[in-house]
Amino acid sequence: MKRLRIGFLPLLDASILIAAHERGFAEANDIALKLVREISWANVRDRISVGQFDAAHILAPLPIAQNLGLSPLNVPLIVPFALGLGGNAITMSLAVAGEMSRHADVARGDPRAAGSALHGVIKARRVSGAAPLTLAVVHDYSGHAYELRYWLAANGVMPNRDVALTIVPPTMMSDALASGAIDGYCVGEPWNSEAVSQGHGVIVTTKASIWRSSPEKVLGVRKTWAEQNAETLAKLLGALHQSAVWCSSPAHRDELASILARPEYLGIGEDIILRGLSGTVMTKPQDDFLLFTERAANFPWQSHALWFYSQIVRWKQAAHTEAHVRAAAATYRPDLYRQALGPLGVALPGASSKVEGALAGTTYMPASGGSIALGPDGFFDGISFDPAELSGYLALLAKNDALHNDRAE
Amino acid sequence: VDARLSILIIDGNRDRAGLIETSLREAGHTRVTVVEEVRGLLKRIEDLAPDVIVIDLGNADRDLLEHMFLISRTVRRPIAMFVDKSDEQAMYQAVEAGVSAYVVDGLKKDRVKSVLDLAVIRFKAFEKLRTERDDATQALAERKEIDRAKGIVMKMRNFGEDEAYRLLRQTAMNQKKTIAEIARAIIASSDIMLEP
Repeated sequence: MKRLRIGFLPLLDASILIAAHERGFAEANDIALKLVREISWANVRDRISVGQFDAAHILAPLPIAQNLGLSPLNVPLIVPFALGLGGNAITMSLAVAGEMSRHADVARGDPRAAGSALHGVIKARRVSGAAPLTLAVVHDYSGHAYELRYWLAANGVMPNRDVALTIVPPTMMSDALASGAIDGYCVGEPWNSEAVSQGHGVIVTTKASIWRSSPEKVLGVRKTWAEQNAETLAKLLGALHQSAVWCSSPAHRDELASILARPEYLGIGEDIILRGLSGTVMTKPQDDFLLFTERAANFPWQSHALWFYSQIVRWKQAAHTEAHVRAAAATYRPDLYRQALGPLGVALPGASSKVEGALAGTTYMPASGGSIALGPDGFFDGISFDPAELSGYLALLAKNDALHNDRAE
Repeated sequence: VDARLSILIIDGNRDRAGLIETSLREAGHTRVTVVEEVRGLLKRIEDLAPDVIVIDLGNADRDLLEHMFLISRTVRRPIAMFVDKSDEQAMYQAVEAGVSAYVVDGLKKDRVKSVLDLAVIRFKAFEKLRTERDDATQALAERKEIDRAKGIVMKMRNFGEDEAYRLLRQTAMNQKKTIAEIARAIIASSDIMLEP
């Protein structure tokens, strides 16, 4: 039985990997997993790049950035499987949330209301000469960074001008908020609910509200490893698929929470973990706060890779070139997903890309091996992303950003 | 050795950082700076303009450090110390030793290689030292536990010292456990039985 070393950070979206090991799905697929908890995304990236990890729980934009030459290492990485949709939230300090509630009812979690309230707070602070707010994410090349920036910009707050952005590890977010080092943050669960339960912060909106059915962590592997270990990779994807189905069942929620709570995994109370698993991080429950397998959550859509690429270009981290577009799209490998899971009877989407934000409700798409329910999806500002019109999308965002940049506050 | 190289060591472990700094200075480097934390380091990095930055992988703020490279106007985008195919083994060794390094100007790569080699050697030596010290401490603790358990058995069963030890050893063999594990079980149960 082949033994795989897999790196992860303590987050709810590592569930599929953890349950694959703990619930025997790995063993049933003739592989053994050695899960290694890491403390930084840079460590995960380096250890997978040099071969100390065979695979890893990784931020979706990180392998894309590495393949675009933005990382200190130049080892090609690929993404054959996504580890879920959603799972993040935006938390503000009690002080900022209090100021926000003077502008709008932030308890509803509506990204438009919360965003315009934050815009109001930032304007008022500027007038009074107060220092700009400091907001933290876990990494520059992360879904958190891009959804936070997207939310801010769509509400007229220019992230590079109106706030100070910094980096804090997920497990330290609540402490950083309590100490006053930061005023708010975007992170995966359970690290928002931790701050709420400790009385340090208020969740003002969620990733699933900013972009419904949006991608988050993925499985990252070295390209050469995938080529040399095709059979093992297929076994791993089989195990992860079965684990994802198990994780997504509400009947298994309590058991999953008790596994995740253990010190070697997340090391935090089950009650805090259950908030994210059940979509009750805010007063108003959200049934698609975190999806492990529904809506083709594990399929590596190339449109997801290209949306992250669009934001890398938008925030001037890389130039928009044909070669970059190809490198970003090729990071995601739906072909490997199909090869591994087709023989197991898993329904496979016919397309590798879709328009993000096109589905107002649940839509059944024909697929080999049955049909797949997709959607609802979409961005809260109503702008959809068609990967076939990438340049037009970038031009639209640039025009909107320029309008906000020029506007005298 | 290129004495003009500016070297920044970020290590939360003061003892280890001291070892590295000393050996770099012994090797002829004069511009060596050691800091413990990444937080608040941006200005310092820009002032020092380091050619090479060494950081331990146990530092949870590596992502913040890379963010500083990204937003700094003066520090040129650093690359990992070993980026060539031929360097893969060296990179693996460095990561395994728990150290990572960035070269701020790729052209100077050859000149800074010795710096990282030295850091890797020091990291490994420190780890070995620590493991040996831990092993010794553990052995001492186990010895004390075994002696204590032996005393309990001698008292309760009215055994001599050798006889008590033989019983511990036989029980450990029968139960496929170490003598120390059996000793701990005896101490734990006697704590319950003998407390007033």
